[in-house]
Amino acid sequence: MADLTTDFLGIKSPNPFWLASAPPTDKEYNVRRAFEAGWGGVVWKTLGSEGPPVVNVNGPRYGAIYGADRRLLGLNNIELITDRDLFTNLEEIKRVKADYPDRAVIVSLMVPCEEEAWKAILPLVEDTGADGIELNFGCPHGMSERGMGAAVGQVPEYIEMVTRWCKQYYSKPVIVKLTPNITDVRKPAAAAHRGGADAVSLINTINSITSVNLDTMSPEPSIDGKGTHGGYCGPAVKPIAMSMVSEIARAQDTAGMPISGIGGITTWRDAAEFMALGCGNVQVCTAAMTYGFKIVQEMISGLSQWMDEKGYTDTSEFVGMAVPNTTDWQYLNLNYIAKAKIDEDLCISCGRCYAACEDTSHQAIAMSDDRVFSVIDEECVACNLCVNVCPVENCITMEQMPVGAIDPRTDRVVEPEYANWTTHPNNPSATAAE
Amino acid sequence: MPADMLAQGIKAGRISADQYEANFADLHAPLDDHEALVAADRCYFCYDAPCVTACPTDIDIPLFIRQIATGTSDAAAKTILSQNIMGGMCARVCPTETLCEEVCVREVAEGKPVLIGQLQRYATDGLMAKGVHPFERAGSTGKRVAVVGAGPAGLACAHRLAMQGHDVVVMDARAKAGGLNEFGIAAYKSTDEFAAREVDWLLQIGGIEIKPGVALGSDVSLAELQDDYDAVFLGMGLGGVNGLGVEGDDKNGIADAVDFIADLRQASDLSSVPVGRDVVVIGGGMTAVDAAVQAKLLGALNVTLVYRRSRVRMNASVYEQDLAASKGVRIITNASPKGVHGNGAVREVEFEYTDDDLKPTGQTVRIAADQVFRAIGQSLVGEGLPTLEGRKIKVSASGATSVKGVWAGGDCASGGDDLTVTAVAEGRDAAMDIHAHLMGGAS
Repeated sequence: MADLTTDFLGIKSPNPFWLASAPPTDKEYNVRRAFEAGWGGVVWKTLGSEGPPVVNVNGPRYGAIYGADRRLLGLNNIELITDRDLFTNLEEIKRVKADYPDRAVIVSLMVPCEEEAWKAILPLVEDTGADGIELNFGCPHGMSERGMGAAVGQVPEYIEMVTRWCKQYYSKPVIVKLTPNITDVRKPAAAAHRGGADAVSLINTINSITSVNLDTMSPEPSIDGKGTHGGYCGPAVKPIAMSMVSEIARAQDTAGMPISGIGGITTWRDAAEFMALGCGNVQVCTAAMTYGFKIVQEMISGLSQWMDEKGYTDTSEFVGMAVPNTTDWQYLNLNYIAKAKIDEDLCISCGRCYAACEDTSHQAIAMSDDRVFSVIDEECVACNLCVNVCPVENCITMEQMPVGAIDPRTDRVVEPEYANWTTHPNNPSATAAE
Repeated sequence: MPADMLAQGIKAGRISADQYEANFADLHAPLDDHEALVAADRCYFCYDAPCVTACPTDIDIPLFIRQIATGTSDAAAKTILSQNIMGGMCARVCPTETLCEEVCVREVAEGKPVLIGQLQRYATDGLMAKGVHPFERAGSTGKRVAVVGAGPAGLACAHRLAMQGHDVVVMDARAKAGGLNEFGIAAYKSTDEFAAREVDWLLQIGGIEIKPGVALGSDVSLAELQDDYDAVFLGMGLGGVNGLGVEGDDKNGIADAVDFIADLRQASDLSSVPVGRDVVVIGGGMTAVDAAVQAKLLGALNVTLVYRRSRVRMNASVYEQDLAASKGVRIITNASPKGVHGNGAVREVEFEYTDDDLKPTGQTVRIAADQVFRAIGQSLVGEGLPTLEGRKIKVSASGATSVKGVWAGGDCASGGDDLTVTAVAEGRDAAMDIHAHLMGGAS
């Protein structure tokens, strides 16, 4: 069985699965249960400055969207940072870290954008013996209205400034957690890098309204007839998160900077995908909130089995392996030509591929009177929509055409050379002449 | 209807080769990948899941189903097998409808449980097909343990002991290992020599020697085993069959259901297994149902299962009763055997109707029969055994008997239902207790 021990910024944990800063890590009781269940680390729910803690609403905090069979696909949250006393949290962190020296304990922080505020809290955190801090520059609701959270994360200059303070007043690793509620995530990542951050973590939650009650005309979750946007998380946000991770992993300014991946990670495979895109470890929240802490057992056994099958002995061996294969559209090989192929033995004759292709795509699927479906190669552009809508796995596949064959759609020979848009004759700014 | 089905007497080859093949095919076709994913998708990953509580071997069912759902069915198999080394057979023969699937929250809420048994088979079959044995032996302890009986209890005990580094010798009176997995249980639940293949796979752990044809009592005594080994586990099952207790019980055509099932299981060609035209099976448990259904599948024209109490009291589950009915077995309840009629060979069995307290009503019925199977229970045979409780060996929760250094489990021991899965749990737990005693210096 593969060894899942992970070293992230010099912080060792028995596996790369950390619980993200969120409701599950708000207090000692939960964190101890998480460690007993097998989690490799936690990022303790965000602490604020000394003084009266924030208050939360007393009505519903979460909203959800569902897939088939009421599977929770997306969760929306309007809970704020910890609403417990700072010193209670600090004492608990110290106790837990002392009892679980082999697990990672990171403290998430959010205090006002003033040097004094950071200078005040950082020694207190240092004293807990926690392994590092994570700066919450991402929380999109409530706190951002008070000039913190995403309000900081949307201004790269602030990120750089606060990160610098933290590196100055705190001796251990500093992770900057990024908000996705921004046009170009590379900018705040680069700012964190300039400020001396040891790593970035992303994504925090996405501004969202999950549903509207059509009787009361209030967004959900509704508090006395009013709703507000919350932070969206869960499986639904994974593709957005992975794209942002990949942007940072391959950007010139930030390439090589350690990343802790967050965003809808629910299974070992999700985790492996984030790691392949450059994350040294991953953080999980919604999966634990949906299924309980035990969910980590499947992540551990699954990642371990996959690593064994692939011959990886250490998680660092596959971190970032998909980054070189993540590129801009303009560099995709336009001489790669594929055609859809329907396996008639597997086909259950539902006709969804036909509806999708005939109504919305390229009219490249034929349907016989007895409901046999076949691809019309003369029309097929290999868009993949039929594969995506087919309910049977592997029933429709995309088959690459061999070099030298003639594409019946264009009557052109499949060329062996790689050729992309930058050199294409239709491109007005093509760099290479015919 | 083929003429052979109408022929009177006990005859082989009543149906065509195709019919034999169809009748004795897998009761449930294995799930394919897509079906397994769809089935796994229905599991809610319940907290402190009722299905786990209901499983005698405490398999972490939500975890293994999630492992299937996430494409790691080998990890799922390991989750299963670490608790139940015969998870493959149990997936086939467990009465899941009265265990895990009965308490599945989706069964309770919707009347449609997650297909736990079939998912378990999907995972374990997949791993076994790869020839992978996912466990390794600990370093040798130099301790030797004798196991009597190569059935589910004995093999589960032997495997767990071998894993802990002990050397194990498993003796069995039969010529082949497997116990009831090999000689009992309906053929359509264990196709393609599964029982034998599972034993071979289990033995890959190493450190286990099988000695067939060695019976406790006639070939070796308990005292000898105690002298020669550091510990003894008794898992020889129930060797005796209860008689009907009526006149004519010895007429030709009357046999024990367990022998009929064993002969059928060991037959290389089902068309060589003779069966009556009119078959009567007396009893209400799984053995009775397995005999009745298989008699019907062999081409018997009429098969009647007669039980002395009401349907709700039958040991066979409702699922098994329905299976029997769907194959054409007639079930008569509240009727006790009163006599067997016939000149040399049985021609009719006479029953008297009774109430649930077995109080006779005075009303009788005669059922035509040229073959009768007794399936009214089995009993422990042997002398010089540890103290009994009722008619079985008295054991503690961890399988210890009244005799120092001797443990017991499975059907021959008190406590628990007479199920494969219960036997596996008892063998496994006794092994851990034996291990603790051997390594702790106590005994």
